[in-house]
Amino acid sequence: MTDRKPTDGKPEGGSEGHHPTPHLDQLEDGPWPSFVTGLKRLRDEGSPGNRKMMNDLLGQLNHSYENRLGYWKGGTVSVFGYGGGIIPRFSEVADKFPESKEFHTLRVMPPAGYHYTTDVLRKMCDIWEEHGSGLIAFHGQSGDIMFQGCTTENTQKAFDALNEIGFDLGGAGPALRTAMSCVGHARCEQSCYDEVRAHRTIINSLLDEMHRPALPYKFKFKFSGCANDCVNAIHRADFAVIGTWRDDIKIDQEKVKEHVAEKGRKYTIDTVVSMCPTRAISLNDDDTLEIDNKSCVRCMHCINVMTKALSPGDDRGVSILIGGKRALKIGDLMGIMVVPFMKLETDEDFEKLEEFAENVVEFFADNALEHERIGETIDRIGLPAFLEAMDIDPDPNMVNHPRTSCYVRTDDFDDEAAKWFERKAREAGLQISAE
Amino acid sequence: MTDQAQKPRMPDEVGVPDPFQYMHPVLKANYGNWDWHDRPRPGVLRHVSKSGDVIYTVRAGTQRQMDVFTIRKLADIGDKYADGHIRFTTRSNIEYMVADEAKVAPLIEALESEGFPVGGTGASVSMISHTQGWLHCDIPGTDASGVVKGLMDMLHKEFVQEKMPNRLRITTSCCQINCGGQGDIAVNVQYTKPPKINHDLVANVCERPAVVARCPVAAIRPAMVNGKPSLEVDEKKCVCCGACYPPCPPMQINGDDSTKIAVWVGGKHSNARSKPTFHKLAVANLPNNAPHWPEVKEVVRRIVEAYKADAKHWERMGEWIERIGWNRFFEMTDLAFTKHHLDTWTGARKSMNMSAHLHF
Repeated sequence: MTDRKPTDGKPEGGSEGHHPTPHLDQLEDGPWPSFVTGLKRLRDEGSPGNRKMMNDLLGQLNHSYENRLGYWKGGTVSVFGYGGGIIPRFSEVADKFPESKEFHTLRVMPPAGYHYTTDVLRKMCDIWEEHGSGLIAFHGQSGDIMFQGCTTENTQKAFDALNEIGFDLGGAGPALRTAMSCVGHARCEQSCYDEVRAHRTIINSLLDEMHRPALPYKFKFKFSGCANDCVNAIHRADFAVIGTWRDDIKIDQEKVKEHVAEKGRKYTIDTVVSMCPTRAISLNDDDTLEIDNKSCVRCMHCINVMTKALSPGDDRGVSILIGGKRALKIGDLMGIMVVPFMKLETDEDFEKLEEFAENVVEFFADNALEHERIGETIDRIGLPAFLEAMDIDPDPNMVNHPRTSCYVRTDDFDDEAAKWFERKAREAGLQISAE
Repeated sequence: MTDQAQKPRMPDEVGVPDPFQYMHPVLKANYGNWDWHDRPRPGVLRHVSKSGDVIYTVRAGTQRQMDVFTIRKLADIGDKYADGHIRFTTRSNIEYMVADEAKVAPLIEALESEGFPVGGTGASVSMISHTQGWLHCDIPGTDASGVVKGLMDMLHKEFVQEKMPNRLRITTSCCQINCGGQGDIAVNVQYTKPPKINHDLVANVCERPAVVARCPVAAIRPAMVNGKPSLEVDEKKCVCCGACYPPCPPMQINGDDSTKIAVWVGGKHSNARSKPTFHKLAVANLPNNAPHWPEVKEVVRRIVEAYKADAKHWERMGEWIERIGWNRFFEMTDLAFTKHHLDTWTGARKSMNMSAHLHF
């Protein structure tokens, strides 16, 4: 080791060797926390490695602002034993900004529900200060903690250190991706299932698909405790697990009366009764609520408004929607309701969920074309073929309405109808024996 | 060095970490047993358990891309006021859980004095969900954190209070892949020119059949250019989506002037009241005017103000527009309705008005 002068780590030339950043400087004012101020602090006060890297990173970012172009390209960087999880970034303007010529991101899976202790945050900071740039994002759109800015050489060291404190890489490329779950059971009375358990059960059973990418394209799971869908699962996940219930909404009529007394009768009618999507609610003359639970679609609106008076029923479980994704390639798709209700309480229930998830991923691996998401596969082959492969019976909850097109061959209609009546009889029998 | 020392460390494939080791003890003790919640003030949630336990949550905005100093500062605040536990929301807000009500006000004061706005709850404009942009992405048309900083500076007041009709969720995306996701308002890059092809590089860099397959409108075909195998684009067919650029960087889709910004409205994730919806085009071709994007900010401001002034309580952006009609939306926001607002993609017919229902 040579002696270190205080200025070590700062490049020569310019004001203290700093790249001028006139464009970025304009993003330091204003009331919202500024990422630019943070980048500069790493440049000025960070560890010696952070300082050099951040000075050139700021230089390159300002260069982008000036020319309105990005200057990163991908490549291949990985850690021993894994094929994915690192997002490699090599600078195309490394001649001007050599210290940030390699600026890779480690995608690291967060604890389900995004809970942290300050202690573990500090450990992450120490690791990233030593091996990376000092810049961390909580969290990326993929759901990962993004440790941004690492050289190829340090990638393994940074991962080893993070792995030692109990963290693992997330997904990238054609693979199972990092999942997200809402705060759920941990702090929300609207949560209808144990999101943490569902999230960890599924993802941890499929880790091989995450760490060694071999799927046709990406596959995402997201877990929301109710239909408010706080992790945007229906839009963004190939496999969306949404909490719901089958029995009646629970009503505390005294609290309903308190709500009406506080907010007013007209306001209650306007914001609760009139906004029910299936006209299933009415306000009685004595300021109690009447709910037609057979017409209720479990949308959560009235429960959101009257958080003290209303809550989801007791017969809780999950719905599963398959096939959500954004534009590429055939256009936006939302998930399709494929499992209207699945109980999720006992060990057997969770095993069943895990088995279903594995079956769907296996189906995807076997049947999707390259670079095709499962929603596109289902569009291509038709929902009936997918249901048959998954051994799921068709259900009216899967559609907005039955088909309107007559272009279908129906010569086995009677056989299919017989299956429906058999199933209905079986379900009725189960109900009777349960009673 | 011995062979043992040279042997690489194999990963401990731990998967998704168990959150219970990090969870606030009151949350852990009442897991699955909460009864109700309310919001005593903007930025603060109060959850009451069936056990009678109460936990206060104070929510604050962050810049998402955080330096270690900022994270340590947030950790210091957590140690002092929140028993050393924190969590993050889907939209990168930080949350402190506080069992002792007396600590709520000092915690808010500490956060605000360190420059972290307290809010983002209920009928507010929460933090913008965004992407990486020029900071880290390999295909960005614009920056993410910069445009978000500018927009949140403008909307700061709506973050710290709950005066919108319902929650307003904004997203930004730096290319048409739209990693920022659906939003009540979505600010997304919209390319306006077909890719410019560097024919010298295509053969070496791109797997040509894969690139041909990636095009949603079959506008790309293999071609020999200057004696080299390359690709060509039928520019009449090309919809300038940029899908060919990630698998083939020599098909440069970004241009300093041709990369524009479009604003979309009415996307909704929640199933509350109406079913989830995709966002719809409001305006395209806004300039990518870093670092302040004044033209984008102005459009967003007009949309936010119109929604705030006219929507009913609990109506989301898309539900409000559905009630008042697109005529009035374009009128109130002073935006143009053009032929480009008429969808032409698969399923477009379902977006047309096939009825005699009209708004005047």
